[in-house]
Amino acid sequence: MKPFTTLTGVAAPLDRANVDTDQIIPKQFLKRIVRSGLRDGLFFDWRRDPAFVLNQPAYRQARILLARETFGCGSSREHAAWALKDFGILALIAPSFADIFYNNCFKNGMLPAALPAAQVDRLFAAAAAQPGLELTVDLAGQTIRGPAGEFRFEIDAYRKQCLLEGLDDIALTLQHAAAITAFEQARR
Amino acid sequence: MPRTLVEKIWERHVVLREPGRPDLLYIDLHLVHEVTSPQAFEALRENGRRVRRPDLTVATMDHDVPTDPRPIQILDASARQQLEVLAQNCRDAGIRLYDLDSPEQGIVHVIGPELGLTQPGMTIVCGDSHTSTHGALGALAFGIGTSEVEHVLATQCLWQAPPKTLELRFDGALGFGVTAKDLILYTIGRIGTGGATGHVIEYTGPAIRALSMEQRMTVCNMSIEAGARAGLIAPDETTVAYLRGRRFAPSGAAFEQAAAGWLALASDAGARYDRSLVIDAAEVAPQVTWGTNPGMVTEVTGRVPDPASFADAGARRSAELALAYMGLKPGVAIEDIALDRVFIGSCTNARLEDLQAAAAVVRGRKVARGVRAMVVPGSQQVKAAAERLGLDRVFRDAGFEWRESGCSMCLGMNPDLLQPGERCASTSNRNFEGRQGAGGRTHLVSPAMAAAAAIAGHFVDVREWQA
Ligand code: SF4
Repeated sequence: MKPFTTLTGVAAPLDRANVDTDQIIPKQFLKRIVRSGLRDGLFFDWRRDPAFVLNQPAYRQARILLARETFGCGSSREHAAWALKDFGILALIAPSFADIFYNNCFKNGMLPAALPAAQVDRLFAAAAAQPGLELTVDLAGQTIRGPAGEFRFEIDAYRKQCLLEGLDDIALTLQHAAAITAFEQARR
Repeated sequence: MPRTLVEKIWERHVVLREPGRPDLLYIDLHLVHEVTSPQAFEALRENGRRVRRPDLTVATMDHDVPTDPRPIQILDASARQQLEVLAQNCRDAGIRLYDLDSPEQGIVHVIGPELGLTQPGMTIVCGDSHTSTHGALGALAFGIGTSEVEHVLATQCLWQAPPKTLELRFDGALGFGVTAKDLILYTIGRIGTGGATGHVIEYTGPAIRALSMEQRMTVCNMSIEAGARAGLIAPDETTVAYLRGRRFAPSGAAFEQAAAGWLALASDAGARYDRSLVIDAAEVAPQVTWGTNPGMVTEVTGRVPDPASFADAGARRSAELALAYMGLKPGVAIEDIALDRVFIGSCTNARLEDLQAAAAVVRGRKVARGVRAMVVPGSQQVKAAAERLGLDRVFRDAGFEWRESGCSMCLGMNPDLLQPGERCASTSNRNFEGRQGAGGRTHLVSPAMAAAAAIAGHFVDVREWQA
């Protein structure tokens, strides 16, 4: 997996709460058997509206998504993370994320950063004032920088390390095969 | 120190604990279906890895499958491919698969408990968010993404930080005509779709104890709709009675021994939860969702809310968007909402008791003109049991379609779909935009409420019907 360190890019504001994974990637795109090529399915129904944020020229190259609370709720479909990544979105900023979606992002080298709602409000205001606004997400320093100021986000130390180093966690776990075998034998 | 049920199950499954990282947690049962697994098997192959414990892995076909009479010819080439790939992966790895020819095929969360695969005290995962259903039997069961499916296939473990716990205690008793579905919808309406994020819910209290095992599954199923990854209920005599004689449950003396262990699995008196909330079950009335998430819900005797009545700007905007999508005006009485479709099915409400509750309302009546109504049993075993009771005739005589088992119109990956603008009373769990078909409008209700709505052509208070 590619390490995630620092990312500077356009932040697209998606001003809706409780965006569910059915919206991020509708069911018809779940019939694929590969992880790639989901870009076209991203927000498929909403993208039929020419005014939808990701259709606007300023945001076609967005690397960061600015969102509202409980982003990614609903189904466990990792296709939601895959589709965002395929579009080019590698970091997300919101007041909160649904658990499974949050987890899925890390597995794909993407950073979901949770900030207090008031700070997310300020970022939305900045994005409205300046379409195509760029932000810098610095994972090592746990900060988000932009014209609206600098904000610090919290992240679990282990998840941070995995992302910074781009670790393959299955390889890591397999190093503990002896412990797993011992556990299995002790339970017989 | 007194411990909660979740802590007890957790501690028994820790393979490795090191400072500064999550625990390595052992998984007792891994359930697999066609939609979230192909990429996991593919990655295993690419990396030359094998499935560590095919004997602890069980697969079914449910999400994509048409509900037409079997044997079916699957016309959708991508669905067919996905089902073929699952069958091949299971053959290669030696994983037991309940395919479309199996008399035990069904929705993954229906067949797990039904076959006795799900047992108290287990850790259970599946690449599906409604894995929380299995918590009804006192298992710690949660949904995972495809990368974690791959991780479990390869290692039978997951790295997990211990979750926070939320006790939802239901005092009192549910009123006449009020079901487990109403109880959980009401709860989500109160705590919100993010209300339990980061927590595992333990449902406690007399109103929970009074529920049958199938009703408990309905409650635990929708834990995810409140943001919790898992929800569970301590095992009791209801649990033991349910499991006795199930295919994969222990039998004979081994069962009695296991049952004693199950009954000892409960939160200790004085155990500390991170949060607790008490709800009076007697407050709960039959519920109907009016919006585009399960927290947007009200009583059947209520009205569609006015977005202006929400104090919070975000909630107001969400309500406006939801009403626009749902084609509803503020102030409309829920009972005045007319329906085009009725769907009785899904892992929330397609077990035998659900079908019995719906059939009791339907018996001797006719589906309203202009309404298309269907029943999709949760599994082949549910279907067979219902047919032995003659429920298929009750539904068919009333004008319902009686179909084969699968996820069906819960998420519309098979041909069962709403057309744009169609309005549906559904016993499933998600009323998200487009969930049941692009442009479709979903109202979540209990099986009895769905059945009554099919007959009346609009929502009705089932308490009056049954009285
Ligand atoms: S019935 Fe619906 S919620 Fe349940 S597993 Fe199938 S698609 Fe998911």
